[in-house]
Amino acid sequence: MHKHFLIVMSALLCIWARPSPADESARAQMKGLDEQVQEVKTDVLSIAAELNQLEEKLLYPSDTHLAVFVSLAHGETLRLDAVQIQIDGHLATHYIYSFKELDALRRGGVQRVYSGNIATGTHEIEVSVSAKLANGKDYTQTERFPFTKEIKPKSLGVMLAGPDTPQPGIHLGDW
Amino acid sequence: MRIRSQWLSMGVVLAAVAAQPSVAAELRDLYFGEALYRAYQGQYFDALERLDAELAQHHRVDEPELDSLQYHIRQADFSVGDFELRYRMHLRAGRAIKAVLDADVEQPVKNEAAYRLARIQFQKDQPEDALHSLERIQGTVPDNIKDDLEFLRANVYSALGRPADAVEVLKRLQGAESLKGFAAYNLGIALLQAGHNAEALRQLEKAGQIDSRVSATAAVRDKSNMVLGSLLFKSTEYGPAQLAFDRVRLDGPYSNLALLSTGWAEVTAHDYQKALVPWGMLIERDGTDAAVQEARLALPFAYSKLQVYGRAALLYGQALDAFGKELEKADASMRSIRAGKFLQALIREEINQDNLWVVRLRTLPDTPETFYLTELMASNDFQTALQNYLDLEDLHRRLLVWQDSFAAFEDLIRLRRANYEPLLPQVDAHFRELDSQMRLRLEQREHLQKRLQDILTAPRPELLATADERLALESLRKIGRALRSGSGAEHDALQARVQRLQGLLTWRLYTEYPERLTQAHKDLRDLNEDVRLLHERYTAFVRARQAAVHSYVGYDQSIKRLRTHVGEALQRVDTLLARQGQVIEAVAIDELNTRRQRLEAYQVQARYAVADSYDRALKQHAGGGTP
Repeated sequence: MHKHFLIVMSALLCIWARPSPADESARAQMKGLDEQVQEVKTDVLSIAAELNQLEEKLLYPSDTHLAVFVSLAHGETLRLDAVQIQIDGHLATHYIYSFKELDALRRGGVQRVYSGNIATGTHEIEVSVSAKLANGKDYTQTERFPFTKEIKPKSLGVMLAGPDTPQPGIHLGDW
Repeated sequence: MRIRSQWLSMGVVLAAVAAQPSVAAELRDLYFGEALYRAYQGQYFDALERLDAELAQHHRVDEPELDSLQYHIRQADFSVGDFELRYRMHLRAGRAIKAVLDADVEQPVKNEAAYRLARIQFQKDQPEDALHSLERIQGTVPDNIKDDLEFLRANVYSALGRPADAVEVLKRLQGAESLKGFAAYNLGIALLQAGHNAEALRQLEKAGQIDSRVSATAAVRDKSNMVLGSLLFKSTEYGPAQLAFDRVRLDGPYSNLALLSTGWAEVTAHDYQKALVPWGMLIERDGTDAAVQEARLALPFAYSKLQVYGRAALLYGQALDAFGKELEKADASMRSIRAGKFLQALIREEINQDNLWVVRLRTLPDTPETFYLTELMASNDFQTALQNYLDLEDLHRRLLVWQDSFAAFEDLIRLRRANYEPLLPQVDAHFRELDSQMRLRLEQREHLQKRLQDILTAPRPELLATADERLALESLRKIGRALRSGSGAEHDALQARVQRLQGLLTWRLYTEYPERLTQAHKDLRDLNEDVRLLHERYTAFVRARQAAVHSYVGYDQSIKRLRTHVGEALQRVDTLLARQGQVIEAVAIDELNTRRQRLEAYQVQARYAVADSYDRALKQHAGGGTP
C-alpha cells in the first residue's frame, strides 16, 4: 500500500519527477505546434490590421467618421448598467455592461461604444447613463453637448463620474 | 520550455505577481485606452490588434512628440510585450521592449524595460538572456517593481542552477508583503536545492504557517506544508509530517492529498485508529480523484490492521464496486474523447467565461470525457496546448466571419457603384457649367482687385464713378463734341452748361473719392468672403465627388488579396487545429490509460483483499477472537 501512496504523492506534487522519453517526445511535438500556432497568430494579426484599414476606408471614410468612447473617472466606483447615446435626436447606441466590461472600465480601459458616419457641421450628442451607486441607490443622468464635425475623423470621449466625485456628471472631451 | 519545466518539477512556485498592464491616472490617448479595455477582459488578440495599429500610426506621424500616444509611449511599448506574452506569442514578445532598452531614454525607464524584458525571457525559457537583461539594470529602480525584480532574479538564479545566489536574494525578500508566501516557499526550495536540508525544513515550516486570507498565498502555504510533510515523511519523522499535513486546508487544492498523507503518517506510526478519520472523510469525496481512490483501499487496510475484518471486507467490497464504476467512467471518457467530444467540450462557450474554467469543466453536465482530466488539464504543457487549441478555434471563427464579410463588402461596393455611376455624368456636366461660371466671376474679381490696387498708387476718381455717373459723363462728352462745330450765344451758353455739368460731376468724383475708395475696399472684402464660401462649397463638392467614387473604386485588389490571405490562413489554422486536437486527445487518452491501469491494479488488490478479509472475519467469528 505504501508504494501506491508514494506514486500518487509524487505525481500530484510533481516533486523529484523526471520526464520520461515519451513525455519528452510529446513535449517536443507540443512545442513544435506551439511555434506554428504563434506564427499563424502573427499572420492573422497582420490580416486583421489590413482588414481593419479596409473596413474603415469602406465603412467609415475619414470625412464622415465619428467615434464615441466611454470611460469612467479615475477611481470611480459607480456600477454602470447602461449607456445610451443619441446623436441629433437619433439613437446611435444603447449599451448594457457585463461585469467584465465594467471591471475593464474601472481599471482605466476605454470602450469604443459607437462608430458611425456624420456630415460636417454642428451636431448634438445626448448621453444617458443608468447606474447604481456604492450605497445601492439608482443613479441616472442625461447630458447634451454640442459638437462640430470637421472634414477629418472625429473622436468624442465621454467620461462618467458619480455624484460623490470632485467633478460629478458626464463630461465630453474632444480628441 | 525544458529548463523551466525541470526547475518547476522541483516544486518552485513561479510568481505571485503577473504582468498587469496598468493605466496612468490621466489617459491621453483613447485608442491606447481601448487596447487596455480589451486586454483587461482577456481579449488579447483585439488588444494587440488595436495597440499594434496605434503604435504603427504613432511611428508614422511626422512629429510623434505631438501625438497623444507620446504621453503613454513607454507604457504602450511595455504593454505590447505583456499582451503578446499573455496571448502566448513568446517568439514575438519582447521586441518592442528591446527597442526601448536600446533607445536613448533615461536610466529608470531603461531599468523598467530591462526588468520587463527579463521577465519575458524567463517565461520564454531563456534564463541566461533573462540574467543578462537583469544585469543591465543600474542605479535607481522604480519602487513599484523593486520586489518583483528581485523575486525574478531569484527565480532566474534557481533556473540556472545557482540556488545559493537565489537563497541570498530570497532572504532579502522575506519582508515583501506582495510576495508573502511565495518568497518564503521559494526560499525553502532554494535551500533544499543548495543542500541545506535542515535550514530548508525550518524555512518550509515558516512558509507553512504564514497567516493570509489571500487565496494564492493560502495555496502556497498548503504547498509548503505538503512539501514539508512529504520530506519529513521520507525521513520517517511521522509525527512532524502529520502536523504539516494537518495544516493544509480542507477545502484547498491539496486537501485530498493532505488527508491521504495524514492517514499514511498515522499508519506508518502504527496508529491505525487515527488514520480512520482522514481516510473516512476522503472516501466521501469525488471518486475520480486519485487520492480518494487510494483511500478506498487504505481505509479497509487500516480496519484490517485494527482486526475489524468484517468492516474491512465490506469496505473492500464497496471499493471493488467503486473501482468498477470508475473504470466504466474512464472507458466512457476514452470513447467520448475518441468521438471528438472532449474537444467539443473544451470550446463550449460557458467554459470560457472565467479563469477557473478548468475547474468548472467537471461540473458541467454531459461532459464525461473530462471526469479524469482536470489534473492533467491543470499541468503547464497541457494548459499551453489547450490554450493554443482555444486560440486556434477563436482564429478559425474570426477568419470564417472575415471570409463571409468579403461578399458583403462586394455587395456594398456593387450597390454604391449602381447608385453613383448613373448620377455622376449629369452631376459632372452641371458641375462643369458652374465651374466655368465660377471661374469667370473669379477672374472679374481679380480684375477689380487689380484696379483698386492701381488706384492706390495713381488715384483715378473716374474709375469709382457709379454707372449713372459714367453714363452722364459719356453723354456730356458726346454733347461737348457735337457743340465743338457750332457758334453763337446760344451755342456758348450750351457749352458753358455742359462744362458746368462736367465740372459738377468731376467735383463730386474728386471730393467723394476717399469715401468711395474706402467703400470699394469694403465691398471687395465682402466679395472675398463670398468667394471664400464659394471656394469651400467648391472644395466640399470636389471632396464629395471624390468620396462617392472612392466608395466603390479601388477595393478590388485589396479584397482579392485579403480573401486569398484569409483563405490561406484558414487552411493553416484548420490544419493546426486538427493536429493540436489530435495531440490533446492522444495525451488525454494516455492519461486515462494510466489512470485505468491504476484502477485495474486497485481492483485486483481489492478483489484479493475482500476475500482475505472475509476469511479472516469468518475465522475471527468462528474462533471468537483473533484469527
